[in-house]
Amino acid sequence: MTLLLAALALLLGGGIIVLATSRPHRDWSWLAAGVVVVAAIVGGIPAVQVLAGGTVSTLHWPWAVPFGQFALGLDPLSAWFLLPTLLLSALAAIYGAGYGKSGAEPRSLGPVWFFYCLLVLSMVLVVLARNAILFLFAWELMAVASYFLVTVEHERPEVRQAGWIYLAATQVGTAFLLALFLLLARQTGSMDFTVWAARGIPAGGWAAVLFVLAAIGLGTKAGFMPLHGWLPEAHPAAPSHVSALMSGVMIKTGIYGFLRVLTFLRTPPLWWGWTFIGIGMTSGVLGVLWALAQHDLKRLLAYHSIENIGIIALGMGVGMIGWSTGSAPLMVLGFGGALLHVLNHSLFKGLLFLAAGAVLQQTGEHDLDRLGGLLRRMPWTGTAFLIGAAAICGLPPLNGFISEFLIFLGALRGVALAPGAVAVSLLAVVAGLGLIGGLAVACFTKAFGVVFLGTPRSESARTAAEVGPAMIGPMLILAAACILVGLLAPLAVATLPRVLTNLTGLPTAAIHGGLAGAVGPLLAVVTASVVLLVILGLLMLWRRRLLSRQVVATGTTWGCGYAQPTPRMQYTASSFAQPLLSWTSAVLGGRRQLTAPNGYFPAAASLHTQTPDPLHPDLYRPALDRIGAGLARQRWLQPAAVQLCILYIALALLALLIWKFG
Amino acid sequence: MLTNLILILVVLSNLKLLASSRLGAAIRVVAAQGVVLGLLPILAHREPLAAHALLLAAGTITLKGVVFPWLLLRAIREAHVAREVEPFVGYSASLGAGVLILGISFWMCTRLPMPASIASSWLAPVALFSIFVGLFLIAARKRAISQVLGFLVLENGVYTFGVGVTSRTPLIVEIGVLLDVFVAVFIMGITIFHIQREFDHTAAAPAGDGKD
Amino acid sequence: MKLLTLIPPAAAMLLAPLLFGVINRTKAWLAGRQGRPLLQSYFDLWKLLHKGAVYSATTSWIFRAAPMTALAALLTASLLMPFGHVAAPLEFPADFLLFIGLLGLARFATVLAALDTGSSFEGMGASREVFFSALAEPVLLLALATLVRQAQAGGPGSLAAVFQRLTTRVHWLHDGPILALVVSALLVVLLAENARVPVDDPQTHLELTMIHEVMVLDHSGPDLAFIVYGTALKLWLLAALVVGMVLPPVRAIWLNMLLATVGMGVTAVAVGVVESVMARLRLALVPQLLVGAGALAAAAFLLGLA
Repeated sequence: MTLLLAALALLLGGGIIVLATSRPHRDWSWLAAGVVVVAAIVGGIPAVQVLAGGTVSTLHWPWAVPFGQFALGLDPLSAWFLLPTLLLSALAAIYGAGYGKSGAEPRSLGPVWFFYCLLVLSMVLVVLARNAILFLFAWELMAVASYFLVTVEHERPEVRQAGWIYLAATQVGTAFLLALFLLLARQTGSMDFTVWAARGIPAGGWAAVLFVLAAIGLGTKAGFMPLHGWLPEAHPAAPSHVSALMSGVMIKTGIYGFLRVLTFLRTPPLWWGWTFIGIGMTSGVLGVLWALAQHDLKRLLAYHSIENIGIIALGMGVGMIGWSTGSAPLMVLGFGGALLHVLNHSLFKGLLFLAAGAVLQQTGEHDLDRLGGLLRRMPWTGTAFLIGAAAICGLPPLNGFISEFLIFLGALRGVALAPGAVAVSLLAVVAGLGLIGGLAVACFTKAFGVVFLGTPRSESARTAAEVGPAMIGPMLILAAACILVGLLAPLAVATLPRVLTNLTGLPTAAIHGGLAGAVGPLLAVVTASVVLLVILGLLMLWRRRLLSRQVVATGTTWGCGYAQPTPRMQYTASSFAQPLLSWTSAVLGGRRQLTAPNGYFPAAASLHTQTPDPLHPDLYRPALDRIGAGLARQRWLQPAAVQLCILYIALALLALLIWKFG
Repeated sequence: MLTNLILILVVLSNLKLLASSRLGAAIRVVAAQGVVLGLLPILAHREPLAAHALLLAAGTITLKGVVFPWLLLRAIREAHVAREVEPFVGYSASLGAGVLILGISFWMCTRLPMPASIASSWLAPVALFSIFVGLFLIAARKRAISQVLGFLVLENGVYTFGVGVTSRTPLIVEIGVLLDVFVAVFIMGITIFHIQREFDHTAAAPAGDGKD
Repeated sequence: MKLLTLIPPAAAMLLAPLLFGVINRTKAWLAGRQGRPLLQSYFDLWKLLHKGAVYSATTSWIFRAAPMTALAALLTASLLMPFGHVAAPLEFPADFLLFIGLLGLARFATVLAALDTGSSFEGMGASREVFFSALAEPVLLLALATLVRQAQAGGPGSLAAVFQRLTTRVHWLHDGPILALVVSALLVVLLAENARVPVDDPQTHLELTMIHEVMVLDHSGPDLAFIVYGTALKLWLLAALVVGMVLPPVRAIWLNMLLATVGMGVTAVAVGVVESVMARLRLALVPQLLVGAGALAAAAFLLGLA
């Protein structure tokens, strides 16, 4: 605990010093980054110790706030979230030091680093807090610090607006959280997490209310689908290393908070699991579809965060169903997969945002359709992005496959053994994960292909060059981590039991029994991965031998005999995504403005496509207006057509039957 | 065993109906469904074959397999109805909805008390499925003929329920036959009034632009 | 690892190109033509392996690495698929998830290589490939989950265990209709994933209409050989999936092998017949076909529950 306090003090002190001493043109970035790295190492030691089986330490200081107490604790669940937070904070700080230096405008970086340190500090506090008031304090600190980081480039109006949307959304979430904590305090007469966990809330009416409050309040931060509006606005607006931090670990504090609340609520009823499966399916499938529709690399990645939160929610749903049906393997595999995906997502999403930042810095282009051919110009960044892309698609032998494999295993176990409705809901998880994975491949082949492959589509992409080692280093470390977690999957899973005991309260034997079903398959998966790499190596050698005796020539790309291809003839991101988007347009909506070529000698033609998110905060207003107008006319209930009339009857009949039999 | 096969064929034909875009094909699918269902009274019960079961089978097959399709195909020809179904809900989405309806039907029937003598545990869910698919087709398709088809499917569901679940010649089957007669009248209506598309042309004007 | 388990991958690696020959012969026979030799695919592969290569100036190392990666993934996948009721060398619970993941990896590599050429034709093929396979993947999972449920193996078993229980324990007369639905869903996936009619036409030479073939237009020499061989392996593996769940086991191993090989031949003939009697679907109808296959698999699962 002393080490953790030292880390917190370092972050606070370092932040203040950098803020106080820095002026424009005088760069203290390396000092700040160094402070974050040291703090991360100092704080990481106890986290590793706790995960490896060390004692769970706590700390209680009186605090002059009513009901407040400076109570910190580091149990395995906290440590599991603390570790990626510290790792990514340190790597993003190093990257940020390299990133900030090459910025064009003379801006004092002091405040940026101050709020960066504050953000890391608040995230550490959130996962350590053991008192509701302290938790809320850290939660608000996190919101404020990240708000100021989102609005670093405040001279741009869209950034200011993104900041406001973010602040508004996070405050709404906090309101629900406040209600949740007040209710919990009323039920137990304390503000202390340990008391809440010890007493527990009996299943029933109050537990349901608390569940809904937690799902909304914490789900807003995590970015569950109907509450995700702020996320695709805020992430692209922030500097890239901050986006990496926000997307990689900050939104996970929502997941952490929910898991923590789950330890207070105890045995969830079946419908909680179903709710989470519903949330996961919606967030996952719609998140990846909207990602596919984006033209801006960072917005695309932001929507993928929603998708991955959906996968985590699916895992939690499987776990909760296991909890309520009393199936330890389901519980262990579901929650275990979700926890591992939290770690994995922080690795590859952090990596992808850092690589996207490098592209943005070198080209200055936001639009995917103006990039291209960057792999030759930025080989390290490109390779790192490729590894991250393959990992996020859940492809073997990388880490994304491992966590999805665990969730799949849990769901399939239920599919094979559970009774009727439970089996069907888990079948939906299986099919949904498959669909999400397939669509993610579509989205990331688009992103990587259009940005890094082919030929440059603009002058700025043509003149791009590789970024400096301070930026490449963190990316390569994260890429290596993606590969390592994939290849050392059984080891990664071996750290889970303590976290799961902490979360579910199951006896250790049951946890190990549940995980035993996964260890064998994971070993086999790793064997297959090694075999895959060996075969790949052999094929490389063979191909080299085959080609060494033959003529290897260079030509132009086949274009039906046309020998003068230009970059403008390449398939663009928009055209790549078009078939999928038009097929799903009933769900996604989307606007297109087409000026078609006309006549024998057509003049300039143009096509603009846009797929606005109907849940974008800006779009709430017209929708509300329309509802108001509709209500005013008071005629909307009158069926417009016979079909509608019959539809009402059918729906009423269906609802009646469900109610009657349900 | 054969009952199960029949019921699967009913499920498949319903799914096919949800996905098919051509009126002619849809009519043939409904006809095939009628023929298959005609065999149900003979197979659904373990009692010795009764004359009324044979009669019911013969009547159903003739009516649903031959007469109605012939009338409907003629109606298409005479009224020069275009061959496309013109859906409000796309075909893939309709298929998805179909699977959802199937799931709900199965779930509902786990809550329903069933007689012990029932020939197959699938009977009641498949019957419910047909009823809901029929309602869905009526609501989700523009053309009058598709709505007649939806109505026929709905009626097939009622019939499946009646023949399969109750053992004696029941009142509910009689009601089914009455509904059949209604369909016949309906079809005549189409040929006579040449309803091209929606009912709205002959019924009330769309409420959206009326100032009543 | 028993020596016997080497038979399934060995059979896959040796016999896979033969499937093309069988399909081709079937089509030729139905069209009243002579057809090319059964072993033509082997001659083609041999020739391609001993040719030089031409690379577009646009391409990077991705383009060169992709055929090897795809083939390595498919070769690894061939270590997972049992054949003739002999388990594969890598057999573990839910091994089919890794199988699907490896197919995904192969696709990922092929699509990136297509985009690396900067050709709009290949981009077009890549775009369609990811679209259709994104729909085929959940169908495959739905079908396999239904099999797992039907096999009642006490959890997500391995492919070999699921096949074993399906073909011995399950009563075909009673559960036959359910399994028939799954088989038809799997056959649609097989046709879609292998770019056969009615999803894609491997014989066409119009770049605008192709899916798989257009993605590999720019590969040549050994790279193209790897890709062609990989395509054959993929067809073999998915066909082995269908054959494995249908064919009942007999006592003697050699007889099992023989039966399974005949089963593969029959599947190839069926593919050839489909290609002879059907036209390719409009591209807009392909998603509908796949959703329909998914509906079949889901319906099979629901019917199996009741």
